Amino acid sequence: MNHDDHEGHEHGHAHDHEPHAPIQAKEPEGHYQLLADAVRELLIEKGYFTADEHRAFIERIDARTPALGARIVARAWTDPKFRQRLLDDGKKGCAEMGVDVVVANLVVVENTPSVHNVIVCTLCSCYPVFVLGRPPDWYKSAAYRSRVVRDPRAVLREFGTDIAPEREVRVHDSTADMRYLVLPMRPKGTEGWSAERLEALVTRDTMVGVAECRLAS
Amino acid sequence: MSWGEGIASRFKPGDKVHVAARYPVRGHIRTPFYIRGKTGVVERICGRFHNPEELAFGKCDGPEKVLYRVRFDQKHVWPDYHGGPSDKVEIEIFEHWLEPAK
Repeated sequence: MNHDDHEGHEHGHAHDHEPHAPIQAKEPEGHYQLLADAVRELLIEKGYFTADEHRAFIERIDARTPALGARIVARAWTDPKFRQRLLDDGKKGCAEMGVDVVVANLVVVENTPSVHNVIVCTLCSCYPVFVLGRPPDWYKSAAYRSRVVRDPRAVLREFGTDIAPEREVRVHDSTADMRYLVLPMRPKGTEGWSAERLEALVTRDTMVGVAECRLAS
Repeated sequence: MSWGEGIASRFKPGDKVHVAARYPVRGHIRTPFYIRGKTGVVERICGRFHNPEELAFGKCDGPEKVLYRVRFDQKHVWPDYHGGPSDKVEIEIFEHWLEPAK
């Protein structure tokens, strides 16, 4: 965090400061940052984990990206038996692909010509980090969390996604121990494509359900 | 796995359930306000989990509670809902917040 601030402010005139000047934030930390820092330091001091274990944990989280989810979706599109196993038990399906679903289970919800699924956590910001990486800021915003459950079609339109009136929109509120992943519809015109080629069509937003997969025009 | 297999539960998938309209002042409650007092249908049994209302206060040895996914009609949840007539919202709700719907 401090390091980011430092980089942001110093870029472009890097020669103005001493090469070994300490990395310092220009502005005081906010309340929650201070609280998080204090808790982290206490836990390290009390021996619950080491600073290196904490760093490695953050590093592991940051190594997860939507590419993992895209690989799982592309396999489901090209392997009907895998698709069924994934829908039956998301955790086992992910494990087959070498992805550890850290939480209790992953509920995979499939988009069809009659149903469109979209994911939210109205209470906080639960997100399938292990298959998609860290959530975008909008996913955590009060506006998305309160509005998508109340008026999903209008919110989807703001994302550029128009759901036909005859399709059912199904909102999934991740209120407790499950996490959710949308299995988007495979675009027409991709018949015979390999899983590797299909992966490129599967983006983060299509797996949250605010967009649909389409062929690049 | 088959969801809910081997779990003794008060409700089964397909059962009509009513969410308790309780409003405790304090507590880490995972039942959103907007769904309290509403009626839906059990979609699946998710499993058994520690009660977040106890976990939040450091009580980690309490009995596990059955967690359900319950499906609601949006038109029922929001009387002024103006999306499609078959639109749904699905929510995870713990057993102690559910009652059989009359």
